Amino acid sequence: MVPVVARVRARRRETRDTWTLAMDAGGLAFQPGQFNMLYAFGIGEIPVSVSGDPAAPGLLMHTVRSVGAVSQAVTRLKPGDAIGLRGPYGTAWPLAEGGGSDIVVVAGGLGLAPLRPAIYRLLAERNRYGRVAVLYGTRSPADILFRREIERWRRRLDVEIEVTVDHADSLWHGHVGVVTKLIDRAAFDPDHTVAFVCGPEIMMRFTATALEAAGVAPERTYLSLERNMKCAVGQCGHCQFGPTLVCRDGAVMRYDRVRPLLMVREL
Amino acid sequence: MEVRGLERLIGEHPFFAGVAPEYCDLIGGCARNVRFDKNAYLFREGEPADEFFLIRHGRVALEIMAPGRGPLRFLTVNAGEIAGVAWLIPPYRWIFDAKALELTRTLSIDARCLRQKAEENHDFGYEMMKRFTAMLVQRLHAAQLQMLDVYGAGP
Repeated sequence: MVPVVARVRARRRETRDTWTLAMDAGGLAFQPGQFNMLYAFGIGEIPVSVSGDPAAPGLLMHTVRSVGAVSQAVTRLKPGDAIGLRGPYGTAWPLAEGGGSDIVVVAGGLGLAPLRPAIYRLLAERNRYGRVAVLYGTRSPADILFRREIERWRRRLDVEIEVTVDHADSLWHGHVGVVTKLIDRAAFDPDHTVAFVCGPEIMMRFTATALEAAGVAPERTYLSLERNMKCAVGQCGHCQFGPTLVCRDGAVMRYDRVRPLLMVREL
Repeated sequence: MEVRGLERLIGEHPFFAGVAPEYCDLIGGCARNVRFDKNAYLFREGEPADEFFLIRHGRVALEIMAPGRGPLRFLTVNAGEIAGVAWLIPPYRWIFDAKALELTRTLSIDARCLRQKAEENHDFGYEMMKRFTAMLVQRLHAAQLQMLDVYGAGP
């Protein structure tokens, strides 16, 4: 529960309001999908998924959107500044379960950040999987996260990468429309597919429904949920989600287990 | 080289998957092959909507002009989809532009011809309406999601 002090080594602006911080945290290992609690001294603590490569834990990467007091403080940190860090916490994307299967990764907006470690692992161990499709939807071309990296992935011949935006000007020659539309176009065998989904909850509900309509079983679809995490160790109850605690039982959870809860408006 | 009839191309298009062969014949009687080069317009805002397009290959952007901002692109339509629904209801005028983003091959369906056949054969007309209504509902849901701006930072 006591944070370690990490040092910011680099800070990179991803979009208008989102930055990625590279921190030296003493080689802290993590699994794709896990999160850390980042503590801006004197201001507060927030949960942030690790967005870097699990095979290169030397510098721990976190991608943060500047929306509140703590996230603003975190994104203003400069190389050499200190930040409190504890973790990693939570469940991971079940990459082992996907071995031998087709993999469909569906990300919405900032939801690409918690999925990026899984994508790194999928690409590094490409032979372990069938077809791999990464489908990414975001607001506009200017809001595309990790743009250069996506362009690099798209040059590979062994992975399908599709990006769509909600609206664009005439300079954009990619897809325009909702991310669920990409599911119909992607190549995968629904009977032998594991799907990983992360984004705003509305987008995840629609995506999980579209995946099911395409034939992907709900028990092979995983979502990364977000609730008000405080202690991150299942003690305080702030992130209670029905009978589960998102910090302890999630953030990555199986769709068939959380689907009934997603329909409970009070949660 | 095999010459493929328009009826067969219509039956193979995903939008008309499973449609009865006699209906493919009816639609085929209103169809012609049309090809658009990159940046060519399939239709433009304000023009009469007297046809629609089954996209066979390529990609089409739906755009609307905004003064001082240029064209705003709100949807792309790909192979296997339909471009143009304003032909369904009066006043049969396009309310946005459709531009080919790459070489695009289509089947253009004469809307007056199809509406006439639907009036004469209500079973056929009902089949057409079911297919177009399903597509319209899907696009409405998608447009609602886009309007919600779910990827924004939130409150």
